[in-house]
Amino acid sequence: MTSDVFILGVGQTPVGEHWDSSLRQLGAAAIRAALDDARIDGADALYVGNMLGGCVNHQENVATLLADAAGLLPAEAWKVEAACASGGAAVRAAALAVAAGAFDVAVAVGIEKMTDAAGDAVAAGLATASDQDFEASHGLSFVALSALMMQRYMHETGQPREAFAPFAVNAHKNAADNPQAMFRSPITAEDFVRSPVVASPIGVLDAAPVCDGAAAVVVGSRRALEPHHRPIRIAASAAATDTIGLAARDDILTLGSAKHSAERAFETSGFRREEIDLFEAHDAFTIITAMSLESCGFVPRGEALQHAANGCFAPGGCTPVSTFGGLKARGHPVGASGTYQIVEASLQLRGEAGANQIAGARRAMTQSIGGHGSIAVTHMLEA
Amino acid sequence: MDLPRYHRLRSAYYRLEGQRCPGCGDLHFPPRPSCSRCGHEELEPFRFCGRGEVFSYSVVAMAPKGFLAPYVVAMVELEEGVMVTAQLTDVEPEDVAIGLPVEMVTRRLQDAEDEGYIVYGYKFRPRLADGAWRQAS
Repeated sequence: MTSDVFILGVGQTPVGEHWDSSLRQLGAAAIRAALDDARIDGADALYVGNMLGGCVNHQENVATLLADAAGLLPAEAWKVEAACASGGAAVRAAALAVAAGAFDVAVAVGIEKMTDAAGDAVAAGLATASDQDFEASHGLSFVALSALMMQRYMHETGQPREAFAPFAVNAHKNAADNPQAMFRSPITAEDFVRSPVVASPIGVLDAAPVCDGAAAVVVGSRRALEPHHRPIRIAASAAATDTIGLAARDDILTLGSAKHSAERAFETSGFRREEIDLFEAHDAFTIITAMSLESCGFVPRGEALQHAANGCFAPGGCTPVSTFGGLKARGHPVGASGTYQIVEASLQLRGEAGANQIAGARRAMTQSIGGHGSIAVTHMLEA
Repeated sequence: MDLPRYHRLRSAYYRLEGQRCPGCGDLHFPPRPSCSRCGHEELEPFRFCGRGEVFSYSVVAMAPKGFLAPYVVAMVELEEGVMVTAQLTDVEPEDVAIGLPVEMVTRRLQDAEDEGYIVYGYKFRPRLADGAWRQAS
């Protein structure tokens, strides 16, 4: 950021199957919770991260709907869509608006209400993040594209499927103490291996669940700071893209968008990799966590699984990931997940993470990835 | 698939037609507005031979709307060095492996639903020896 931008308040709804709550109720609840946390009455701008409003909820103009529902009229409001990275992109939009001096306070909310449609329709909706003409229309589901990466990863590294288990086991363990998480029961490596296949080699316990949820942050300038705030500085915000078609990549085992956005975020913030106290990674599938860690330079290409086996990514390890359960166990309401990551990282840096607290956390990184790595949004946060 | 899209995709879907860049010689599939290597904007049609090897694959057990599981998808490395993602056909899932030689065939991609027409396009099957189709028929 060229000028200082801070997170002044955070809010989230529990993640799960909210049969009695709509898109507008969940979104408004998260927005009001974040404003209450910041002790601010309203905001002049609202940026909404949402992916499936059109095809699952048959609702576009989602940002106006939420500005109205949350009592923010006549605030500027629009939707930011970047597939599963929408939640991170919405925070970046708010940060840019504040950094540019357009507003002193802006709200970003990530919202997804996936359970309004049947599973196969949601799967078809998620597949719209790929190349519709040359992937989705040929039956390449969201899961299948990640499965192609995982199969190749296993082929090149010689690692078996069970070597991916530590990521899912860690996520479920951390979610057990997160009251907002969808899955609060631990799993074992044996559970992981036995879980049914979705698209080989990806099994149910490699994959984040379909669910509903909303998370919001209040972003403010230095002028908006009040003595009661516990501000978290956005030390860097960066986004990058890669080919929409998986087949067009020079190396399908490097997430170019993750790599480029992380490089820029490290450069802007001045943080070094060993200074990152926690990393909220995009663990939609275990393979994506592994590739994100490698593409961001935390471990060399092809070595994430050995480090995972040594506990490197668990609390107390070299780079703890998914500290509140991640997408895997907190849940992955797709367009909201990137915002949940920033809410959770902020709670860690405020020292308010309860049983999930990473002791002495000062610097956190979040990375929201969409379209099987075609888009990534990376943030660096500092207490 | 809506008819305008299907019509627009016919060369790629029926003939595996991509492009060759007259500037740098790079080959592209699917077709693009300009060359991703040198930026040249007047790309020439190029028909790929349709033979290649499985680079990666997945057996889809839970299908999106419009598809019936199980089916096999793959990333195929064509002889010309370009990758294509497509379904495999005429093969049992357990017989698929990385490195399997495959060839393009034209098959049904999507059933006639509301539109009233069937969408055809490329899939890949294990490669038959030259002339094997004659012996089979």
